[in-house]
Amino acid sequence: MPNDQSHIAHLAAGPSRRAFLGMAAGGAALAAAGAGQAQPVPTRARIVIIGAGAGGTALANRLVERLDGAEITLIDPRPQHLYQPGLSLVAAGLKPADYVVSQTAEWLPDAVTLIAEKAAAIDPEAKTVATEGGQTLNYDFLVVAPGLIQDYDAIAGFDLDMVGENGIGALYAGPDHAARTWQAAGRFAEEGGMGLFTRPATEMKCAGAPLKHTFLIDDIARRGGNRGKAEFLYAAPQGALFGVPIVAEKVRMLFDERNIDTAMQHTLQSIEPSAKRATFADADGAQVEMDYDYIHVIPPQRAPDVIRQSGLSWADKWTDQGWVECDQHSLRHLRYDTIWALGDVAGVPKGKTAASVKWQVPVIEDGIVSAIAGQDPTERYNGYTSCPMITRVGRAMLIEFDYNNDLTPSFPGFIAPLEELWISWLMKEVALKATYNAMLRGRA
Amino acid sequence: MQELTFGTLIAVFEEIFGRGLFWIMVALAGLVTLAYIYVLVRDHAVSWRKFLWAQLSMPLGAVAAVWFLLAMTDSRLSDMGGPIDLIVLLGVAAVGAVGLAILVYTLQSLLRPPAQDG
Repeated sequence: MPNDQSHIAHLAAGPSRRAFLGMAAGGAALAAAGAGQAQPVPTRARIVIIGAGAGGTALANRLVERLDGAEITLIDPRPQHLYQPGLSLVAAGLKPADYVVSQTAEWLPDAVTLIAEKAAAIDPEAKTVATEGGQTLNYDFLVVAPGLIQDYDAIAGFDLDMVGENGIGALYAGPDHAARTWQAAGRFAEEGGMGLFTRPATEMKCAGAPLKHTFLIDDIARRGGNRGKAEFLYAAPQGALFGVPIVAEKVRMLFDERNIDTAMQHTLQSIEPSAKRATFADADGAQVEMDYDYIHVIPPQRAPDVIRQSGLSWADKWTDQGWVECDQHSLRHLRYDTIWALGDVAGVPKGKTAASVKWQVPVIEDGIVSAIAGQDPTERYNGYTSCPMITRVGRAMLIEFDYNNDLTPSFPGFIAPLEELWISWLMKEVALKATYNAMLRGRA
Repeated sequence: MQELTFGTLIAVFEEIFGRGLFWIMVALAGLVTLAYIYVLVRDHAVSWRKFLWAQLSMPLGAVAAVWFLLAMTDSRLSDMGGPIDLIVLLGVAAVGAVGLAILVYTLQSLLRPPAQDG
């Protein structure tokens, strides 16, 4: 902010204009004060962050401001940073694939070291991380934020190369696959037929996204005058359409209104692309076959192998998924007090969204800085998760909730969480990426 | 949203428009406002003829601002879903109307000072 302030001050050089521009400079000074932090804590701590996604990048930027002299290392093999909340828009033809892509290095402060390799092993006893390239890093504090892996092999007959052809979509797979998903989904929205929209039985990133995709393709078919030719079926392993009961009921009502059928407690097991047939397991485990003209596939999601093999996962929860065992409020590992879990990999009941990360980052920042300063941490994560649930192009519901399934609206009385509003769409379309970017820089 | 401070808002606007463009726009808005106040102080009076033209331009400014926002956000008027949407829409229209009116008045005053004013 000091730069902005001097920029304004420079513009304000003319004496006759000083009084007016002084107000603008005052605003900038206020902004600087708002973003102000306490004195940096001097330390020589070695902090390793596995993963330079939304969580790892935002945390690195904030720790650099809070700590003086810390050695901060990020480990991530992928040079691109993905703005994942944008994938739903790409898969509906509303944004190009490059809308979600930037370079990881652009977001990182000079003071951190980025190792462009995959973490291969974590030894929480010896406090080391080994990379695939053979480096071994010692750490005093470790943050695991590697994201998750999508287990496409678990869907028999499916291959990522198929996406975009023969009515197959998979928007979670990345920007190119999201763009190819739009090729297939857009064709379905024009030609009609049977559309199957699925989700996995495991925990998943942004559980609202499968619903958004269904709503968007429905709306696009309507706008083209082709909805009469299409049938929509949302098939999910769960018993409800959304984890938060009050939201699930609202979505159920909207699905009724839009003529979208549901097949609850149906888990996608395999597809036969040549026959355009999908096989589901129902609640009793019996196989149910369904023909499709378009199918949207979201595979089971799990913690990366390096997490599961290092003994950091829960032993008695999510045993097929391997999320990190941590306290749900501090995000600190329950057995290793120098390790925190951030983002998708954290074994907490909610929170696999970018908005959750935004709330988790200050908690872990506070945890690490407090540990260094020898104080008790004060920040707690309450499970806050936000989902701008797009219900058609131009409208969304700004749904926010916590561990208790309580709605936690940011603007109570102004933006109703369960109403389809244009302003909520504006937030998703205009403000969300900007807020996300500000978060990456540690400024929001 | 965790806490919506003024600093966060500035950061978000910088990300929407890019840091350079945002501050150039702030500076331009500031300059036009200053120029407006300058001509009012200089002329010691409001020119009602110029004010008429400024008023006539207001609907244009309102429509242009709304059209621009709808076009930039893949939205239509039929997407308005609740009272807050209408309030935001009217707010955008009002800002467009007042902004263009100030601009038109100021430009007239700068180009045709009162001495030349018929």
